[in-house]
Amino acid sequence: MKIYDARYVLIGLAIFVGLFTIPFWYNMGRAVPPPDPKLDTPVIQQMAVKQCVLPLAEIRTGHMQLLNDWRTWVVRDGLRTYVAADGKTYNMSLQNTCMDCHSNKTQFCDQCHIYAGLEAGTVPYCWTCHIAPKENQ
Amino acid sequence: MGIKFSLLAVLALVLVAFLGVEAIGMNYLFGVLVPYLAFFLFLTGFIYRILKWARAPVPFRIPTTSGQQKSFSWVKQNKLDNPSTKLATVGRMALEVLLFRSLFKNTKMEFRQGPKISYQWEKWLWLAGLAFHYSFFIIVVRHLRFFMEPVPGFVHLTESLDGFLQLGLPGLYITDLLFLAAVTYLFIRRVVIPQMRYISLPADYFPLFLLFGLGVTGVLMRYFTKVDIVKVKELAMGLATLHPTVPEGIGVLFFIHLFLVSTLMAYFPFSKLMHLGGVFLSPTRNLPNDSRIRRHINPWNYPVKVHTYEEYEDDFREKMIEAGLPVEKE
Ligand code: HEC
Ligand code: HEC
Ligand code: HEC
Ligand code: HEM
Repeated sequence: MKIYDARYVLIGLAIFVGLFTIPFWYNMGRAVPPPDPKLDTPVIQQMAVKQCVLPLAEIRTGHMQLLNDWRTWVVRDGLRTYVAADGKTYNMSLQNTCMDCHSNKTQFCDQCHIYAGLEAGTVPYCWTCHIAPKENQ
Repeated sequence: MGIKFSLLAVLALVLVAFLGVEAIGMNYLFGVLVPYLAFFLFLTGFIYRILKWARAPVPFRIPTTSGQQKSFSWVKQNKLDNPSTKLATVGRMALEVLLFRSLFKNTKMEFRQGPKISYQWEKWLWLAGLAFHYSFFIIVVRHLRFFMEPVPGFVHLTESLDGFLQLGLPGLYITDLLFLAAVTYLFIRRVVIPQMRYISLPADYFPLFLLFGLGVTGVLMRYFTKVDIVKVKELAMGLATLHPTVPEGIGVLFFIHLFLVSTLMAYFPFSKLMHLGGVFLSPTRNLPNDSRIRRHINPWNYPVKVHTYEEYEDDFREKMIEAGLPVEKE
């Protein structure tokens, strides 16, 4: 059977298919390895038990929530000491605690964030005020 | 009745994904096979529906005209509400698709104080419709960060505009609130207005519940019970590069979210949601009103056997002259 106004209909359908298959042709022939955050900082290498503030699964998915709580507790409530579930205490600070152990921001934090689609440098926007650790490239 | 059925259907979908992943461990089925199948159904079903519609002939101009048509040079034409050229029709269509102009003209009729009829502006449906469609669109654009590597600039731009409140961590997206609020409004509207409720079918409630479920699982994943985003992206990139993998330990909420999306994609071509394509094919919008400017010939005209007056006169000339009737040729 005849397709009326075939020119317009087919152009429209081509645009539709093109738009909805963007991920397929955009990534064509590209191998995308998952990020590999490096833990080989001097501080972490000296640790006997290599452990973060929270257990691995929790810190992986929930570190931004922890940072949010730390920020509230410090800035709003004036508390500075965090007692972890295993009884260890930490000074609640982005620069002096997280980045002391993870002093390799570009090899660690940024690895994941760029992969997850947070814009490098601007998001998280924390580093417009907080000072990122110096790294020797 | 329709409400209960649709709600149960969506809850059943959630349960199927939950049990399938959590109890039986069919992660590959829910993470790869079902999404691929659903996407295939979406594309082919969509194309099939459009081609089917395009086979219906539209020989004559039947646009809705809600303004002065093109006339004498001293009568002002309303070019957008009664377009006579291709360009003006494209303009009208663009306003329709991008701003829902015909919904904006929505009015409400009411009886007030006895038998007095009053017509009112009714803009809430337009507003909620616009809020819903735009937040849906922006959410889908932001989701491209899972499917594209490197993540392109326009996705970052959308993220930073959408999250400009920088409220909490992970930062609040305005469209998440808008999306849920708009879907809730569209649902409440159907339930509260008696006439709306009377004409609402499961086919109206089901998509609303499905989208609400999709929004709620997404919001839960982002702001409350977190899932492992890095592994989600691994899975999504696997799908996009046709090398599917299902990393361990993503979190069941993600599979529920993905199963609801798959349902939406598979259901789309067979439902009223096809208005996404249908709006472009709707003859009351996409035709210029040039009925009196151009001659439109019925495309299925076939040669009709005709008997002209001359031939008639040839057949009956003698008899006509006998009877004293005037003839053209002697
Ligand atoms: C005492 C040193 C130390 C401190 C302080 C610390 N971390 Fe960690 N972090 C580690 C170690 C060691 C690991 C690896 C844990 C493992 O493999 O079980 C880790 C793992 C992580 C991971 C997961 C990486 C992966 O490969 O999945 C993230 C994310 C993280 N840390 C973020 C933070 C943030 C944010 C802070 C501040 C709130 C912080 N860390 C504070 C030592 C630390
Ligand atoms: C507008 C500037 C600014 C931005 C942007 C900013 N902070 Fe802060 N932050 C501060 C200031 C000022 C303090 C108070 C420092 C103090 O009292 O020790 C602070 C304190 C904190 C603290 C507790 C104290 C410490 O030493 O770290 C945390 C945790 C924190 N911020 C996390 C964040 C995170 C995470 C982000 C990004 C999402 C962020 N901040 C973005 C200005 C900023
Ligand atoms: C295992 C990968 C990984 C590592 C390592 C990691 N992050 Fe993240 N981080 C993420 C992901 C994924 C998100 C985004 C979550 C989302 O979009 O819901 C995120 C989000 C954040 C956010 C919130 C951003 C926003 O605007 O929503 C902050 C702040 C943050 N990370 C801080 C850090 C810091 C500081 C480090 C280094 C000490 C770090 N992260 C290391 C994966 C990681
Ligand atoms: C029409 C389709 C979809 C709709 C309407 C939808 C809706 C949402 C919403 C409203 C959120 C809340 C957070 C945000 O806005 O970013 C969200 C989050 C999320 N969605 Fe979707 N989604 C859809 C498709 C998908 C698909 C196909 C995937 C598969 C990769 C997916 C994976 C996720 C993940 C992992 C999150 C959590 C994001 C985070 O924690 O930052 N979604 N979704």
